Amino acid sequence: MNKEQPILSLKDVSFEYFSGEENEEGSLALDGLSLDVQKGEFVGVIGHNGSGKSTMSKLLNAIILPTKGDVLVKGLNTKDEQVTWDIRQTAGMVFQNPDNQLVATIVEEDVAFGPENLGVIPGEIRRRVDESLETVGMSAFKKKEPHNLSGGQKQRVAIAGILAMEPECIIFDEPTAMLDPSGRAEVMKTIKKLNRENHMTVLHITHYMDELIDADRIVVLDKGKIVMQGTPREVFSHVDELKAIGLDVPQMTAVAHGLRQKGFDLPDNLLDVKETAEAICRLK
Amino acid sequence: MPIKIEHLGHDYAKGTPFEYRALKDINLEIEDGCFVGLIGHTGSGKSTLIQHLNGLLEPTSGTVYVDGRDIFNEKKDELYKLRLRIGLVFQYPEHQLFEETVAKDVAFGPRNLGLNETEIDDRVREAIENVGLDFDEVKDKSPFELSGGQMRRVAIAGILAMEPTVLILDEPTAGLDPAGRDEILGQIKKLHDERGITVILVSHSMEDVGKLVDKIIVMNDGDIEYFDTPAEVFKHTKHIEEIGLAAPEVTYLMQRLKETYLEINDSIFTVEGAVDEITRVLELHDQNPSLASAQETGDADV
Repeated sequence: MNKEQPILSLKDVSFEYFSGEENEEGSLALDGLSLDVQKGEFVGVIGHNGSGKSTMSKLLNAIILPTKGDVLVKGLNTKDEQVTWDIRQTAGMVFQNPDNQLVATIVEEDVAFGPENLGVIPGEIRRRVDESLETVGMSAFKKKEPHNLSGGQKQRVAIAGILAMEPECIIFDEPTAMLDPSGRAEVMKTIKKLNRENHMTVLHITHYMDELIDADRIVVLDKGKIVMQGTPREVFSHVDELKAIGLDVPQMTAVAHGLRQKGFDLPDNLLDVKETAEAICRLK
Repeated sequence: MPIKIEHLGHDYAKGTPFEYRALKDINLEIEDGCFVGLIGHTGSGKSTLIQHLNGLLEPTSGTVYVDGRDIFNEKKDELYKLRLRIGLVFQYPEHQLFEETVAKDVAFGPRNLGLNETEIDDRVREAIENVGLDFDEVKDKSPFELSGGQMRRVAIAGILAMEPTVLILDEPTAGLDPAGRDEILGQIKKLHDERGITVILVSHSMEDVGKLVDKIIVMNDGDIEYFDTPAEVFKHTKHIEEIGLAAPEVTYLMQRLKETYLEINDSIFTVEGAVDEITRVLELHDQNPSLASAQETGDADV
């Protein structure tokens, strides 16, 4: 681990929800959670519904503030209202529903919305919009109306809108949950490209285990705590533990696990089709 | 109630510059009690098709027969009665919850059917239990204090309380975690098996559909590309990819293994199926080493 200041840092963070009734006990969505994300990392976050994933992402963007502990984005504390906008510009967010994130009637105007609000000068906005659309592969659609795009294309425009604000980190909160398989593939390709080629720090929250096969690190949340973390191979080798907390493993990991239980000598960290097929063929 | 779709076509915004042909010429027969998966990329016509099945949309051409009756050629009140027997669960149905308590929300449909209070109560209890929730625990709660997965189930219970003979669900597991997904699909399967109702499940997940259904409808550009058993449909991996979909990963694994293990059955698409089939073939090889050496040449390029 390098000694640089982490770009995202949660320090012993708890968050309690109250429904507003008198004398009620709050429900603890996060429970003393600590996590550092370094610059350039691709971190995946998994956990069942209600495990605290979305609470965590909202805390990182200063949408909500911790009940206990501190959330730091590039060293800036989310409790300091003076830096709220710096925090949101540093850590951009992409949400689940593509239809809720686009505001303008023309794609390029939508992408320009962020930098316009930051007071960026017009010539610079033009450059950022063109570059962002190029990065997500949507340049050909810049004069189109967002509502005519497919779900995957809309999400790519939403990502371009964040890129135009030149963040150092993007938090993706289940960006593929509402997409069909080709839309999912488009968006995942874009996210991976951003991380590899543009060195964007990525925090990717998802229910699809196969989207995290290439992540640097996976963090598993349960009841507001981190219960496991490590490389995809390390994490997914714990098939039974993951299933016990309502999660799944990639299909190939599950097949290999089943075969191991039948007594076949296979590694416990297989993830993709090719390596699994090769390992099975070696048994011959 | 068998469903027969004949030359069904649908144009949106007909006669305007925005005219769009969403369904071309659909012909389909769904037998009584069949569990059908409906798959296709966004915009392929899935939602347009299911909205014709209970008369929410009227066709531009062709028609739909339910139980042998042309639903678009019936009197209004007859169509209404028919519609009550075809339950349609929309995407994100929890957005449609509105009542103060779970029990009241689920009772809304049966109450509109004009049933008496005892029957309403019975149906509400049964429907809530059928979606795997504890009736006494949730009945007086506000639906809005439940978790996302529980709200989804309450919304589905609202449809079940109408006691439909055909149940259509549009992506019922979108946004749920793996356990929530398996639970809802398991309950739908159980309802189908126990009551013999016809189920049409719209889904993006080949894995989920493959595990559950008798037959899959694959749609593309307003047309039906395939209507067959999962094993048959998944054989066409190339074409499935061309139309923006993907076969289950397990199918790809089996196809790859076939290059080495010639006798393997590669039309398998579930994890459990794959484990059993690979075990069978590997044990075969153990018992009969000559089988392996005979195939040695094929091994090199895997």
